[in-house]
Amino acid sequence: MSAEFIILAIITIVGLTTPILLAGIGELVVEKAGVLNLGVEGMMLMGAISGFAVTVMTFNPWVGILGAAAGGAAASMLFAVFVLQLNSNQVATGLALTIFGPGLSSLLGVGFTGRIVMPFGSLFPASLAKDPIWQLFFGYSPIVYFALIMVPLTAWFLKSTRAGLILRAVGENDLSAHSIGYSVRKVRYGAIAFGGAMAGIGGAYFSMVITPMWAEEMTAGRGWIALALVVFAGWRMGRLLIGAYFFGILMALELYAKAAGFSFLPSQFWAAMPYVMTVVALTFISARGTAGSNAPACLGKPFLPST
Amino acid sequence: MTTISRRTLIKGAGAVAGATLVGAPAFAQDKVKVGFIFLGPIGDFGWTWAHNKGREAVDAALGDKVETVYVENVAEDASAIPVLRDLAQQGCKLIFTCSFGYMDQTLEVAKEFPDVKFEHCTGFKRADNVATYNSRFHEGRAVLGTIAGKMSTTGVLGYLGSFKIPEVVLGVNSFALAAQKQNPAAVVKVVMIDSWFDPPKEAAATETLVNLGCDFVTTHTDSPAPLQILEQKGLFGLCQGADMSAFAPTAHLTAIEDIWGPYYILRAQAIVDGTWTSTDTWDGMVDGTVVISPYSAAVTPEAVAAADEVKAGYMAGTFDIFTGPILDQDGVERVKAGEVMTLEQLAMMDWFVKGVESAS
Repeated sequence: MSAEFIILAIITIVGLTTPILLAGIGELVVEKAGVLNLGVEGMMLMGAISGFAVTVMTFNPWVGILGAAAGGAAASMLFAVFVLQLNSNQVATGLALTIFGPGLSSLLGVGFTGRIVMPFGSLFPASLAKDPIWQLFFGYSPIVYFALIMVPLTAWFLKSTRAGLILRAVGENDLSAHSIGYSVRKVRYGAIAFGGAMAGIGGAYFSMVITPMWAEEMTAGRGWIALALVVFAGWRMGRLLIGAYFFGILMALELYAKAAGFSFLPSQFWAAMPYVMTVVALTFISARGTAGSNAPACLGKPFLPST
Repeated sequence: MTTISRRTLIKGAGAVAGATLVGAPAFAQDKVKVGFIFLGPIGDFGWTWAHNKGREAVDAALGDKVETVYVENVAEDASAIPVLRDLAQQGCKLIFTCSFGYMDQTLEVAKEFPDVKFEHCTGFKRADNVATYNSRFHEGRAVLGTIAGKMSTTGVLGYLGSFKIPEVVLGVNSFALAAQKQNPAAVVKVVMIDSWFDPPKEAAATETLVNLGCDFVTTHTDSPAPLQILEQKGLFGLCQGADMSAFAPTAHLTAIEDIWGPYYILRAQAIVDGTWTSTDTWDGMVDGTVVISPYSAAVTPEAVAAADEVKAGYMAGTFDIFTGPILDQDGVERVKAGEVMTLEQLAMMDWFVKGVESAS
């Protein structure tokens, strides 16, 4: 096994990991604010079509990425209005978004099927990434670096800023936060919009970077893996990064094992692995008792102030 | 405001029934409804796209007598059953179920609706009102394998498959045997991704095959994603379903195009005429069901000549890639020299030929 082979394998893993990492960062923030948005798949698809459509129209992938973020955030606002304004059930509303997102994205994508754009490729000049070793560091799309920067940035925001503290307070005890004067709804709107934008950029990674085209349902269930990832990470940003790459490695291992002719495990086993590992992680979390749990206390509960 | 009581409902139903009876002669000239269920989105530019083209051909040819309806993105599990029931209840007289994984669901629903005819694509189970139809895609695979075998410098070819079902196994074997006729040392690495349509996974699997030394990849999944990866890497691909050159102008060498229109028109006409019977149709290149897209400029003249020879052999009925001697992966002779495998044997082929590297 040559070094070059390993580098190429790592590049594949980065490609598999980045979309779920982006969506995972967004969903983690949403859940930290006490909202469970299961509609990640729908938001990713909305981001995928928005990013692609804007790129086709403006010929500028940077504007396209903004479009993807806006598309994902717009989809998340549908969810937010129902959940925050009308206090609808979060699980049911999130599932509705999972069904609605693919439908709406297909509709918006009618005029864009069969078209291609230049892949939103390497951030650095190609000459810098000529050698495999350099390619390992400098050969990626800007979205990859964005995802990696967002991990510490979001962790710092949640842990060390006043706004992050308020967001966590809203997720831990919405009524207390409300009683000392914070607007629970406004904070949650902000968190949900951020989650939607991140999922949208994650979706655009498919339609603008890996395969620069639009195909209906092209995210093929990655949104669910991102949801599992947040639970697997125990709502901790550092573990989210590790978990995302762990899932990415599992996905790549499946393909490499098959292509290399290893038949020691049935392929269904590989496909189920992210979910199995999430259950295992949950078991560990619950075995340590509530003290070890980092789950926001108000996760999934509607906010019903008495006044 | 009117409240609907059970009595008014029954009256209403009676009125509707009466209207139907009275209107029956007028409706006798009404269009025959033909339904389709599709695996992927019609915009996949591959398998489902080709089937939908076939449906549109029915509309174009028999539009005055036949009305078509379709449901896309139908999973190959129990959820296909209510979709089929719904189509039958909507009044479809003929329903095409366009993927292997609908086999048992088709038979189950066909039992409930004996007056509705069903046609299952690529399957092998039939009933009085269930016909099967298939296309000898493997003839096209032999052409693709010839090109890849001739042009590959590494002799390592990638085959991106979906599931280990006879259709795909035949494709792999045909591709490998044809490549080995050009380069006896050629090996074919197979990855089955357990899906027909999953662009990110198709893309990652293509990268994997390339990393493992494949300089050509042929796809037996439905999206253009693998071709786009090959385009980015400056390699070549051969795909199926439809011409995908728009997605990868350089990487796309040629494709197997599925032409379903003529068959669909024939069968819909049979329903109109009342002559439909349960049959098993397995058409190939000579029938116009399997068509090879125009070769791209990157296909070398030698490869064109070799590929055209295979094509001409199939058109004339003088060539069959499944002619012995054929050895399996372990080197055991499965088909004796000079023997040609029958269609029945092909339909149940579940072993790979020598030179195929696969996980299962």
